Amino acid sequence: MSITTPQPGARAAVEHLDRGPLAMDELAAVIARDIPAGAYVNLGIGQPTRIADHLPDGSGVVLHTENGMLNMGPAAVGDRIDPDLTNAGKVPVTELPGAAYFHHADSFAMMRGGHLDVCVLGAYQVSTGGDLANWHTGRPEDIPAVGGAMDLAIGAKDVYVMMTLFTKAGEPKLVPACTYPLTGVGCVSRVYTDHATFDIAPGGARIRETWGSTAAELRRRIDAPALRAR
Amino acid sequence: MSRAKILDSCDEAVAGIEDGSTVLVGGFGFAGMPFDLLDALIRQGAKDLTIVSNNAGNGEVGLAALLKAGRVRKVVCSFPRQADSYVFDELYRAGRVELEVVPQGNLAERMRAAGAGIGGFYCPTGVGTPLAEGKETRTIDGRDYVLEHPIRGDYALVSAHRADPMGNLVYRKTARNFGPVMATAATTTIVQVGELVALGQLDPEAVVTPSVYVDRIVRVQTRHYTVQGAR
Repeated sequence: MSITTPQPGARAAVEHLDRGPLAMDELAAVIARDIPAGAYVNLGIGQPTRIADHLPDGSGVVLHTENGMLNMGPAAVGDRIDPDLTNAGKVPVTELPGAAYFHHADSFAMMRGGHLDVCVLGAYQVSTGGDLANWHTGRPEDIPAVGGAMDLAIGAKDVYVMMTLFTKAGEPKLVPACTYPLTGVGCVSRVYTDHATFDIAPGGARIRETWGSTAAELRRRIDAPALRAR
Repeated sequence: MSRAKILDSCDEAVAGIEDGSTVLVGGFGFAGMPFDLLDALIRQGAKDLTIVSNNAGNGEVGLAALLKAGRVRKVVCSFPRQADSYVFDELYRAGRVELEVVPQGNLAERMRAAGAGIGGFYCPTGVGTPLAEGKETRTIDGRDYVLEHPIRGDYALVSAHRADPMGNLVYRKTARNFGPVMATAATTTIVQVGELVALGQLDPEAVVTPSVYVDRIVRVQTRHYTVQGAR
């Protein structure tokens, strides 16, 4: 596949060049902005948890946590901490009015059965074809731990990834093909990073929006044949 | 199935667990972990156990204490590696415990299948990943699935909030997690509860685990450990 020119009529990527890349909290706010009102959403452990803090009041978004709850509230502090009420990261949380509890098989049935609208996961790598790698480095000295990532990757209607676009060593994490062990095949629909957001569509990834770089600059740095301007 | 036995102590509750047993252990981290039954199992002495649980122990209590005591041959779980899983990590790196990593939803559904008399099921989780290697796959209506087999336990150790003398159970908040599924999937299900109420005091509409799945019950003083990540 080669780099294609934007289709006639297609919208070009929006470039924010008056600033640098997004900080993680700014990225969380960008993702929160794109979550439809009233959606049932699972936020993966780690960075995606921050998105909850940026959902607008009255969004009606219902948070699912895979350890068995819908309509999870914010983190619990002080005397609201209840050891029987945690999120998937085992952090104490609260319940909102209208919450429901259920056992693990039901929790994953609602995920696998396509009842969740969106999940947001972290990633080591995402391919331009939407393959996800986020559970294991593959290094023999590392202990693998998959948790619910493989179930979420194939379960939610839309799978968003939240990650930095480059490793600390400067290697792109949006790649032509993942080199880390896969979590799911062709499952990611959108990739949110500090430098740009990408849609995964048939034929490859398309840059939607950039921060601190032009789409052309990012395409050069990422060097993935199936990465296109919108 | 005879009616559940109410026992006076955790030591009586775990009596008879044999070396080499497969034991399903409830809990997600510390929430819902049957600490008292695990402590009794350490005293009881059964070894070469295969433990099926979501995690591989936190800190040095509960499941981690059982691991530290050297009683576990193999752990089947979804998420062993955590900030405070150092007991397991050391045993694993020293080659003293086997690990089978199972996606969390498959872990739950495979036990559900065992409890429901299902011989296997085709599941989309893990298709095209290393965890599906060597497994039968099948395309159904254009989508790929992997054949998954039931996970059955000889024993299940479960923590519930409240029981009645029949053995009906209710749980509390996210401490429910694997309890109801594990209770169905073991030959002998052993439950520790914080409260034992009189017959007729549980709302039949609200019972989560019906008594038929429960074999032994013991009441314990509820104790809680600092939750990982607590602020």
